Amino acid sequence: MRPAWQGRPTIAVRVAKGVALLVVTLLVVFPLWTVVATSISSPELVTANGGYVIWPSDLSVDAYREILGGGIVTRALLVSAGVTIIGTALSLVATIGLAYGLARPQLFGGRPILLTVMFTFLFPPSMIPLFLIVKGTGLFDTFSALVLPFLVNVFNLVVMRGFFQSVPAELLEAARIDGAGEFRILLRVVLPLSKAVVAVIGLFYAVAYWNRFFEAIIYFNDQSKWPIGTVLRQYVTQGAQLADSSVSESASANAPQSIQMAVVVLATLPIVCLYPFVQRYFVKGVLTGAVKA
Amino acid sequence: MTVTSPPPTPRPPSRRRRLRRDALLLALMLPGVAYFLVFHYGALFGNVIAFQDFVPYLGVGDSDWVGFSNFAAMFGDPAFWNAVLNTVLIAALQLVFYFPVPLALALLLHSLTGKFLQKFVQSVVYLPHFISWVIVIALFQQILGGTGVLNGFLGDHGLHTVDIIGNPTLYKPLVVAQVIWKESGFGTIIFLAALSQVDVQQYEAAALDGAGYGRRLWHVTLPAIRPVIVLLLILRLGEFLSIGFEQFFLQRDAVGPEAGEVIDTFVYYAGFANGNWGLAAAAGLFKGVVGLGLIYTANRIAHRLGEQGVYAR
Repeated sequence: MRPAWQGRPTIAVRVAKGVALLVVTLLVVFPLWTVVATSISSPELVTANGGYVIWPSDLSVDAYREILGGGIVTRALLVSAGVTIIGTALSLVATIGLAYGLARPQLFGGRPILLTVMFTFLFPPSMIPLFLIVKGTGLFDTFSALVLPFLVNVFNLVVMRGFFQSVPAELLEAARIDGAGEFRILLRVVLPLSKAVVAVIGLFYAVAYWNRFFEAIIYFNDQSKWPIGTVLRQYVTQGAQLADSSVSESASANAPQSIQMAVVVLATLPIVCLYPFVQRYFVKGVLTGAVKA
Repeated sequence: MTVTSPPPTPRPPSRRRRLRRDALLLALMLPGVAYFLVFHYGALFGNVIAFQDFVPYLGVGDSDWVGFSNFAAMFGDPAFWNAVLNTVLIAALQLVFYFPVPLALALLLHSLTGKFLQKFVQSVVYLPHFISWVIVIALFQQILGGTGVLNGFLGDHGLHTVDIIGNPTLYKPLVVAQVIWKESGFGTIIFLAALSQVDVQQYEAAALDGAGYGRRLWHVTLPAIRPVIVLLLILRLGEFLSIGFEQFFLQRDAVGPEAGEVIDTFVYYAGFANGNWGLAAAAGLFKGVVGLGLIYTANRIAHRLGEQGVYAR
């Protein structure tokens, strides 16, 4: 609703705004659209167009049938899904536990622990020492190497703590008088009030796990354990053929471009699907936590 | 009704009692604390190999100590200074060309009166933030690459095609454009929150005084959100060397180290590709220490300006 004091903008301003919004939206949507369009087009159309398709007049799902037929892409998608689900769950448990304790003003050892954690924000571990730790703790060639070194994110922790601090102390006191223990208070009082922040932080963690690709390059000798991001880098941005036969052999029959774009689509899809459900919590979840903290 | 005696002034509980009282909470915190101790403080000590001639086979315990010779080698290495220069140039370009975009976009979004349209555009522009660098780069290749949409269009219309991807001279503008595409939408969130806090009465007063849209923007909106702008600017300066790793790792090979090397990729190639672990750790430590200094300074400035800063107490 336009406030009374704000006059209706002139036609020129409205047109300019409309054009700006359209351009901004297209800049985001158009690249994604051509990728989808190329992935669902027949090889003939892709070749005729020179490697990309804007109007998919000749539909074909061969590219998806091929890469979902049990080859390296299928396996990588399963790896990523597993790492994302388990990693997100573990990260949420660790972050909620730490944030819940640190939200208490009177906690025994609360301040030293907070300072210990906050210092890591100023001096994050650099690549080589972190590599030595992963090697030293025997995480090499295990999926844990994609999860444990990233278990808690300081920013997420700070946001979560800020949100927990905004839960009224009277509520906790009332629950305590009713005989609830700390654990029950967390589960029954604090977490139900914190759905927004848990959803948003959960999305942040899930996206980070899903998108992780570099660590697999340095921590895994075994390429069959690669997550989708690492496969994508090898196959799309580096243009290398995959060693796995189930893609590369039959790929010669299909335009590789549509297969590449199908891999891109499959790597993006889970995020695009999950995102609308969480997006409405962004402002409430992130800002309430961040502003308080 | 009985008169309750005033409660005795509570004595602070003893340490032992506080420990017992908080035992369950501390147990809940244990996984998180253990994580920070192992992967952050463990890695902090791992930096000692910057002072060693580290041989993976011998490990940290048995490798030879070499003092500052890794640092001497690093500071004498033109490739390292090239990486520093590229990092600083890209960070500066980002500051000039990326930083204002989220603010401008937020002002545009905030000026919309149609809530549906506003929500829709927001949903669209937030999305790229969640897309991985691998995919962003694949998208840019598909649009701007040699056989991409742009060149296809130019070719179809009999125009000159342009070589953007893999072109060393265009690499820096390209990576800044990628950051703008990926992050400017999400960057609007904080500005939009600040804009929603602006006192509406000030707009009314300004409008009564005859201020048009432009003057209200200049005299009401911008001063009101100035603290947020200044704070974000300071934070950005504090993270000047942290321009990211993945984006540059993925594209460095296409343009070569001269144009594409940044400090983080220098660390990767020195350590993993060339096995020069001590030098790589030294470069990583250098970046960490300079970064610490920058963040600390930025925070001091923020405090001095009356802002909360990064690690507000």
